[in-house]
Amino acid sequence: MKAFLLRMYDIYEFLLRFYKEAFLPPYEYKEIINQFFDVGIRSLSIISLTGFITGMVFTKQSRSSLAEFGATSWLPSLMAIAIIRALAPLVTALIVAGKVGSHIGAELGSMKVTEQIEAMEVSSTNPFKFLIVSRVLATTCMVPILAAYMGLVAMLGAYVNVHFNEETSFTTFFQAAFVRITFIDIAVLVLKSAVYGFTIGFTGCFNGYYADHGTVGVGRAANTSVVISMFLIFVEEMLIVQLVHSYLH
Amino acid sequence: MSIDRGNAVISLRDVHKSFGEMAVLKGVDLDVFKGENVVVLGRSGSGKSVLIKIIVGLLLPDRGTVRVLGCAVGSLDTRELQQLRSKIGFSFQSSALYDGMNVRANLEFPLVRNKRNLTRKEIDEAVAQVLDDVGLSQTINQMPSELSGGQKKRIGIARTLILHPDIMLYDEPTAGLDPVTSEEINDLINEVQQRYNSSAVIITHDLTCARFTGDRVVMLSEGKFIRQGSFDEVFNTDDTRVQDFYNYNFITKA
Ligand SMILES: Nc1ncnc2c1ncn2[C@@H]1O[C@H](COP(=O)(O)OP(=O)(O)OP(=O)(O)O)[C@@H](O)[C@H]1O
Ligand SMILES: [Mg+2]
Repeated sequence: MKAFLLRMYDIYEFLLRFYKEAFLPPYEYKEIINQFFDVGIRSLSIISLTGFITGMVFTKQSRSSLAEFGATSWLPSLMAIAIIRALAPLVTALIVAGKVGSHIGAELGSMKVTEQIEAMEVSSTNPFKFLIVSRVLATTCMVPILAAYMGLVAMLGAYVNVHFNEETSFTTFFQAAFVRITFIDIAVLVLKSAVYGFTIGFTGCFNGYYADHGTVGVGRAANTSVVISMFLIFVEEMLIVQLVHSYLH
Repeated sequence: MSIDRGNAVISLRDVHKSFGEMAVLKGVDLDVFKGENVVVLGRSGSGKSVLIKIIVGLLLPDRGTVRVLGCAVGSLDTRELQQLRSKIGFSFQSSALYDGMNVRANLEFPLVRNKRNLTRKEIDEAVAQVLDDVGLSQTINQMPSELSGGQKKRIGIARTLILHPDIMLYDEPTAGLDPVTSEEINDLINEVQQRYNSSAVIITHDLTCARFTGDRVVMLSEGKFIRQGSFDEVFNTDDTRVQDFYNYNFITKA
């Protein structure tokens, strides 16, 4: 219990330090840009693939229930809602947590135990700004972009399935799909993806930065980063959906 | 070049450091003079790394004063501390090369972080120069994971030399290396001292390294310096802690 409270205090301190370092100059522009690319490139291919499959499979699964009511013409708009409101941000976040979160945890963990972080500190570099702020900013900004991208790819997957079953044309499909999508849906997608992105970057950095000495610590940092950030993403999803429903719909 | 006994570049007074309940340093005094190589001997866990991390301000002492190049390390602001650290080369126990960068980027790092207005040409020349100093010019485009332990150590030392530091801190420069490579590192340490007239603190449990590189040897045990003097003076004693250290070293080597 005492250990838990101490941990919470560490997290609180880390968060405070993050805000301080993130907003005060100097800014590590170059490293931030590097990290943006790193996060994007690291997850682009798997997100494309998963997005496409998710869209296709979900459409296939939903068809039978809609067919019972003779309502397969609703498929495009139903899929758009499911993908934009729920699937794209959640699946993207989970993939990035697995792919990038674990990488951040392991990378910072090994930098910690092999004294690389201290080496930076003696080279006139604030490791917190250079390593942590840049990574957290990168995940926070890239997850929304990746989620929006996955939304489009998943819609493409849905279209492929619909096209082969109902012979709907490309324009008809997307016109039908987007009638029900509002600006608010897009805004919520971006905002909640940003929250997930922050969670992933922050959890990875925290666990890596506080990795115990030795190589065991590095593995544990990577593992804990993934498990904790996935768990937090689900909790946040639940809270955000509650919030959005009570205020917007 | 010679040792200037009137000019202490590092001076520690009554330095104490504990982690939780565990007292690691219990009142350490040390002066390192201009141009002098001081070797710190001590068993694993005796606090040698802690001691030099205190010298560069990576750790703060609980009690006592640390003065380096005339500055009281504990009372500097961020800028002054950076300025001071740019005059100190720290060669880490684990080499601490940045995994994500190749050798060139590793060597450039301290340079571009400390001096923001260098031209590409000046940077390239400085990198080529230090690589040549450590005899590893061919590795310039390799990643740290592709280097051997001894090469990593030498690149780590090159990375600190690039700023021409006044003080070098070597944390176990020869640990885990074969005798031939160790000797190369020892030569390098002496060469650096000669060429830049720099001072150094060399942490080691390798007595060959201690004898070869140290102008003076101090021995850390149970949080204090129990002996100091020339290599022979330190080991010419009945103190069993010192003798054990000596015997152990040569028995395990043989
Ligand atoms: N940041 C830290 N937090 C807590 N304890 C630490 C920290 N750094 C060092 N210690 C502890 O201080 C003691 C001395 O550590 P130090 O690394 O200085 O030993 P050393 O003499 O360098 O040993 P070695 O020869 O194995 O490198 C060890 O027991 C270590 O666990
Ligand atoms: Mg050590």
